[in-house]
Amino acid sequence: MKIEGKRSIWKDYQKEIATDRFFYVRSCVRQNFFPGSEKTFLRIMKDVLHKDVFENAAHTTCSGIGYHSDVVPFETAMTMVARQFSIMTESGYENFTTSCITSFGLYSEILETWHHFPEVEERVRQHLLNATGRTFLKPANLSHASDVFFKFRREIAENSTYRLVNRHTGQPLQVVEHIGCHYSKMFPSKGVGGAEYPYVLAGMIEDWGGEVIDYPERRHCCGFGFRQYLVQANRGYSLACSKKKFDSMAPYKPDFILTNCPGCPMFLDRWQYALSEMEGITYGANGLGIPVLTYEELAGMLLGYDPWDIGLQVHQVPVEPLLDKIGIPYDSRRKFLTMDGQLMGQPEPPSHLKFYQHE
Amino acid sequence: MAKNFGYKILPGESIDFDRNDKLIARYLVEHEPSINLCIGCGSCTATCSTGHFTDFNIRRMHTFILRGETKHIKKEIQKCMFCGKCQLVCPRGVNLRNVILTINRAIEHLG
Amino acid sequence: MNRQVAVIGAGITGMTAAGALSELGIDVILLEKEEHTGGHVKNWDRLFPSRRPAKEVLDFTGKSMATGVDIRCGSAVESIGHNKGIFTIRPVKGEPVNAMSVVLATGYDLFDARKKEEYGYGIYDNVITSAELETIFSEGKKLTTHQGTTPQRIGIIHCVGSRDEKVGNLYCSKVCCVTGVKQAIEIREMLPGCEVFSFYMDLRMYDRNFEELYFEAQQKWGVSFIRGRLSECAENPDHSLVLKTEDTLTGRPLKMTVDMMILLVGFVPSPETVRIARMLGLSSGPDGFLLPADEHFHDNTTTIPGLFLAGAVKGPACIVNSMADARATAMQVKSYLNGEMLK
Repeated sequence: MKIEGKRSIWKDYQKEIATDRFFYVRSCVRQNFFPGSEKTFLRIMKDVLHKDVFENAAHTTCSGIGYHSDVVPFETAMTMVARQFSIMTESGYENFTTSCITSFGLYSEILETWHHFPEVEERVRQHLLNATGRTFLKPANLSHASDVFFKFRREIAENSTYRLVNRHTGQPLQVVEHIGCHYSKMFPSKGVGGAEYPYVLAGMIEDWGGEVIDYPERRHCCGFGFRQYLVQANRGYSLACSKKKFDSMAPYKPDFILTNCPGCPMFLDRWQYALSEMEGITYGANGLGIPVLTYEELAGMLLGYDPWDIGLQVHQVPVEPLLDKIGIPYDSRRKFLTMDGQLMGQPEPPSHLKFYQHE
Repeated sequence: MAKNFGYKILPGESIDFDRNDKLIARYLVEHEPSINLCIGCGSCTATCSTGHFTDFNIRRMHTFILRGETKHIKKEIQKCMFCGKCQLVCPRGVNLRNVILTINRAIEHLG
Repeated sequence: MNRQVAVIGAGITGMTAAGALSELGIDVILLEKEEHTGGHVKNWDRLFPSRRPAKEVLDFTGKSMATGVDIRCGSAVESIGHNKGIFTIRPVKGEPVNAMSVVLATGYDLFDARKKEEYGYGIYDNVITSAELETIFSEGKKLTTHQGTTPQRIGIIHCVGSRDEKVGNLYCSKVCCVTGVKQAIEIREMLPGCEVFSFYMDLRMYDRNFEELYFEAQQKWGVSFIRGRLSECAENPDHSLVLKTEDTLTGRPLKMTVDMMILLVGFVPSPETVRIARMLGLSSGPDGFLLPADEHFHDNTTTIPGLFLAGAVKGPACIVNSMADARATAMQVKSYLNGEMLK
């Protein structure tokens, strides 16, 4: 592997990312999947990077999940998105930042469509006006929230307490980065680093002290793929996709997987449990799984936030081995306590996948 | 009552181009002419998410359609997940997502 | 300095044209931007389909120039213009040249394989180009993987940068198919234990003895041909490579691990060709290669009297065709200088 080769490709895919005054839109599903992530994003943006990030409660789904599941037509999706833009315009912002990769993909697709077919944009404007009386300006800058952390990755590193280094060996942690398909596979120029060798997460890993693993099935989908999972009859397909990736990455002994999509961490995490129950396979060392993190969780961890405040207890694959490797302290007794100290319930131990015992 | 000789007239297995119904093929070529650019290199199928776990083969499917072999396409085409990777790799610039949409529309309009 | 003819570019085309002109008794200067003559051919070991050493062809052509061609290496053209039938060329070094006629033989470059990002050239250690393989052959080295082992299986990838709308090159580069067949044979010759798989879309064995070479590759050397274009390549932990393609003849996706991958890189117009054409206002086709005055009747002349095109400036061409074209151009130049320009 020649890293210079990748660097020369990365140079060709630089995108403009706004530096302040972000209109932030949340994902439909992330707060169920990994509830601490978006909160941690906002916390870091405000407390560490001192940025103006604005949210508007009138924001709804962009309908991307319905669009990609074949239940929402493009025409409807465009009008929904036009409404989000009008809310941004009303709020006095012009830098649109999405938490969700599929939203990011859909916004990119729609802006691209309008760019090539201005008559479609006009029609959508008319639809929105007829239905809601709203008008809008298009965003001056569209970025995914991981683009924003990529942009400020060095500032985050400077403020961090920990680095991606194994404290026992002093070696950099080996990290699998997994990019959501809708980030740049549709429009390579809209993603940091392009579609074949995206740099958005790799850049964070490098600057935060780790090393990136490039394994044969790196480009493959995590297995969510909407219809693959949403239709129960297709779930074997979803599982097979994830398995293909785990089988391919396992020989590299990754310390963890880093993701930037709502679905990927969910499926890469939960399917490790399903695979262990169905086939008795585990992919980490000694019967453990490979922890899966969102980039917000990772940034929060390195900044020294309490692991339970950023939501690491809801992971199916325990994250404690990774915390121990880095040397991040945590209180095991508080793992399943709510913010006000109540027991939130505790999962049953899996049959094969090991729960972690603090060393 | 037909006589039973203990054997049947075997159905032909060859593609009978003259007899086959090419309505869908014509609709496809008319509405997405880029399909004619295909040289059968298989880049689309090689990268197809669906094709890796099912017997779906987008190259074979549209080739069958162009030959008028449309018996199974209604079921076949439902397997596509519309991810568009085929289109990203096509060396001839065939608009494959629209090929799928157009075939769907053709099935709807023409049965 | 005044000369009858200036030939720009000392690849096999320019050398052949200059040699032929000199043998016709014409006073000719040959300008080459690099330090040596020989162009791409000097980097090649043996030539298809006969596998004659490339050196023999260069030596022969070099001899034809020995008696009278004024060869100036390291003399890239800084500017070129024409006025009343006289061309003025300013090389980066040496004095300006005035000539009655100019032969443009600035040829082609090999496609930059890094542009096919998904193939991993320049990133994965064991991905090399056909030109790099040829260098290994001509230096007499043993073919090994990047980590120094003997490869057990090699994949040869056809049409890299050719017939590919995604990199903007719709045209066929013509010589890669047979080069791939030749190199497959040479790999088997050197490493009898190494399997060779060629991944192709179509095999264009258009010229004399090409089809026979393909037959030999299959019959005598056991080279396997899989009809499917490479969709992507990735690296295994041991630095071997995973290739993904459709095996179109079975209709199923296929995955194969190889120790090395050879990319058959195609032709693109050389930057010198593009730059000089721009200075002269010459027109090019959609493929970027230069257009002669007429594809059938005036295929060496241009709209500028006295300015001639030879070889791969007009599109992908093999050595035999480039040399024939160069000799034809020399005859046309002589006619032009005699005032008997072929109509």
